[in-house]
Amino acid sequence: MISETDSTLLNVTGLTVQFGGRCVVHDVSFSVAEGSWLMLVGPNGAGKSTIVNAISQTVPHEGSVTWCGQDVRSMKPRERARIMGVLAQGNSVGYSFTVDEVVRLGRYAHRPSLFARTQNSDRSYVDAEEKAIEEAIEQTGLTDLRSKSVLELSGGELQRVFLAQALAQQPSLLLLDEPTNHLDLLYQRQTFELLDHWLKAPGHAIISVVHDLSLAYAFGSGVILLHNGQIMGKGPASEVLTPDLLEQVYGMDVQAWMRSLLQHWC
Amino acid sequence: MASKGHIQDGHFGLRVYIVFGLVTLLTFILCVSVGSVAVPPDETVSLIFKAITGAELPRSSAASIIISSRVPRVLCVALTGAALSLSGAAMQGLLKNPLADGSTLGVSSGASLGAVLAIALGLEFAALPFAGTMVTAVVFAFVSLLAILSLAWRMDRSLSTNTIILIGVIYSMFVSSLLALIVTFASDKVKTITFWTMGSLAGSSYANALVLLGALLVGGSIILSKARELNAFAVGEENAVHIGVNVRRVRLTVLAAVALLTGVCVSIGGCIAFVGLVAPHMVRMITGPNHARLLPASAFGGATFLMLCDLVARIILNPLQLPIGVVTSLIGATLFVVILYRGRKKAL
Repeated sequence: MISETDSTLLNVTGLTVQFGGRCVVHDVSFSVAEGSWLMLVGPNGAGKSTIVNAISQTVPHEGSVTWCGQDVRSMKPRERARIMGVLAQGNSVGYSFTVDEVVRLGRYAHRPSLFARTQNSDRSYVDAEEKAIEEAIEQTGLTDLRSKSVLELSGGELQRVFLAQALAQQPSLLLLDEPTNHLDLLYQRQTFELLDHWLKAPGHAIISVVHDLSLAYAFGSGVILLHNGQIMGKGPASEVLTPDLLEQVYGMDVQAWMRSLLQHWC
Repeated sequence: MASKGHIQDGHFGLRVYIVFGLVTLLTFILCVSVGSVAVPPDETVSLIFKAITGAELPRSSAASIIISSRVPRVLCVALTGAALSLSGAAMQGLLKNPLADGSTLGVSSGASLGAVLAIALGLEFAALPFAGTMVTAVVFAFVSLLAILSLAWRMDRSLSTNTIILIGVIYSMFVSSLLALIVTFASDKVKTITFWTMGSLAGSSYANALVLLGALLVGGSIILSKARELNAFAVGEENAVHIGVNVRRVRLTVLAAVALLTGVCVSIGGCIAFVGLVAPHMVRMITGPNHARLLPASAFGGATFLMLCDLVARIILNPLQLPIGVVTSLIGATLFVVILYRGRKKAL
């Protein structure tokens, strides 16, 4: 999945991001194939979120990002949104929109333009819209909260609302920045299982930032370990998350720490 | 469940808009009837009906007051209220901040600077009596918006309430000093210039109403067509990018429409502060934050609110008339503090 093959969907080459003259991501290259889940791991400030933001074009960058050979930067915003769904970190809403209204916004890019609208396209659009919203809300367990104001939700519930919005967007690639942030263990598990299932549909791929290396092991088809904006290792989790490399990046014996935590359970 | 939501939306539209429209219409009749010379509402309605259908009007002083003075004034007040309220609602969505408005951001002050500058420099087109002040007011409103927002953006990308209020205060003070400077050099026009800073719609004509209606139709339809995008902005600008909104284009389009509405309103009625803050805030309590409902309702709400403020300004110290801006500012400033206080308490 890390190297380019026929089934490659996303290709990132020489990605460099600078903030105020400081290089946050330096010359990062990788590709993502159909059906694969790429995990971006590394300590705080390693550049994981910045890579996600650069791919989704919310921060200016150097280097190229292509989707099936097409330059993502030159795509129109709607076109890009039909390909990529993004779950960002730290979402907050200022007004009391309902859960349904926020999820419904995910359909924005699919709405036929005012000029191309016919009665038929309108009807099929409405059907597709309702189906996508219905599914996204059900899958994320928000059915009971649907008409509730987002201002009354907990952090975890809000996180699920934005995940539902990204799913309702029906993208081919999901970019998830700490998708299980704020989620309790049950929802963490359900979310990862849901995403794993979503990935099985043809033409889908996921890139996600995770802190929990066990999740990267369990669900990732490939891992990129980042440190100070540079790639320290990429490939299958078993090859990248080696004791030496982890020690070098995190400055601690990660596996020993994990084991000592688990010992309490035995 | 989903289709139920839709039906609810449909029902909402029909019922609530009928109520909003009726309230606005009744307020209009009330405001035209009440004044130093009171005319019974049924007589007012029949006079207006006669004037519209072109029937002969009775030669009474009441008829002349109603048709040539009060109707155009109240019409201008209603249209100004609708335009300012719609602009306020759009700004509050765009900036994800319920305190954003032409007056709090200093855009109205900027527009009045443009209008005053046109008067001081004698910028007038012979064919169109108020085109000079209007064009400069619109241009200054737009430039002010761009200047204020880019400065605020540079200081604080999240455009928090603090930043917006600070920049608005600083910009308004900057504009006041420029106005004082112009007054010093063009002392013969002091009275006209003061009018712009106080705000008044006394003596408005049908021509004024027509211009306001034109601006409202153009600016209003631009803003209404961006209801979905404004929802996305109100949820969060980064989220708007992710769902595929062309944020730069939408922002510029909405700001241009807001500048048009604010500029035209200021060039006709001067700085009438806080309408765009109060009306959408009250309407939002009924409609919720969804712009598809909030925007049209805000237009009705703003018209009703400003007509009532104008009525109070006319009758409270009868025979003395208060500038309408005094009434809106008294109500608006109080509400501003309430919103700010509640927001702070929530944050703590």
